[in-house]
Amino acid sequence: MNLLAIIGAVITLAGSIFLLLGSIGLLRMPDCYNRIQAGTKASTLGTILSFAGILLIMPGWWGKLLILIISVFITNPVSSHVLARASYRIRVPLTKATLLDKYQEDEEYIAVHEKKSDKT
Amino acid sequence: MLLSIILSIIRFVKGPCYTDRVIAFDVMTISSLAIIAGVAYLSNRIIYLDIAMVYGILSFLGVLIVARYLEKGF
Amino acid sequence: MIIKIIALILALAILLMAIIAVYNKKLVVAIVAAGVVSLFASVLYLLLSAPDVAMTEAAIGSGLSTVIFFYVLNKIRKNRKDHA
Repeated sequence: MNLLAIIGAVITLAGSIFLLLGSIGLLRMPDCYNRIQAGTKASTLGTILSFAGILLIMPGWWGKLLILIISVFITNPVSSHVLARASYRIRVPLTKATLLDKYQEDEEYIAVHEKKSDKT
Repeated sequence: MLLSIILSIIRFVKGPCYTDRVIAFDVMTISSLAIIAGVAYLSNRIIYLDIAMVYGILSFLGVLIVARYLEKGF
Repeated sequence: MIIKIIALILALAILLMAIIAVYNKKLVVAIVAAGVVSLFASVLYLLLSAPDVAMTEAAIGSGLSTVIFFYVLNKIRKNRKDHA
């Protein structure tokens, strides 16, 4: 029982360190898309780890904590993806260090393909 | 242990510029959700986790609404 | 002790976000800042051990008012496009 509490405390500490690293990345990244990536991914992992640590400390609370873990795991990547797509649609500028822009190539390919299908 | 979460919120209120505030809002909600779980452990009450559930769903809905607004209309 | 420290930091965050919400020129940033104010106020109610008030504040302040503000902004933008 005591060992379980110690393992839970270590996991909660790891989760809070992940949250801190995510927010530092949010401050230091140069671009909007990099900020979305750093913030949302690290904070999802940190929150799930801290819930899992509290679940190990208090094993009687497993129902609500399991629902919370599943809901965070589903909703947070979805909101990150919707936000990234919206900020691409309103043309937020990329950094100068960007090398590849696959989404633009994909849209150009789709446009050319639709023109060809219109001609034939 | 919980002090690093508090530090994350402080780092974050100074935050980045104009449109990036929405990401800031998202991360702020998520880290405050972790804070709520920690408070529920400290004060030993299970009913606080209920509020964390309401929080998660509402933050998801808020970010979704802002993104749909930025992307031309509902 | 640690609950007092968290409450103090949350109060400072509420003050800062309220100043941002009043003095910012962009409407979207102001609305998001108002949502953050309501959200931190809800966490503060939770720390003062009033869970029911916290749940109501989270549902109404952070969820419903933000949705209604953005709905109204969308209506205004559509009307402006029709006139112009």
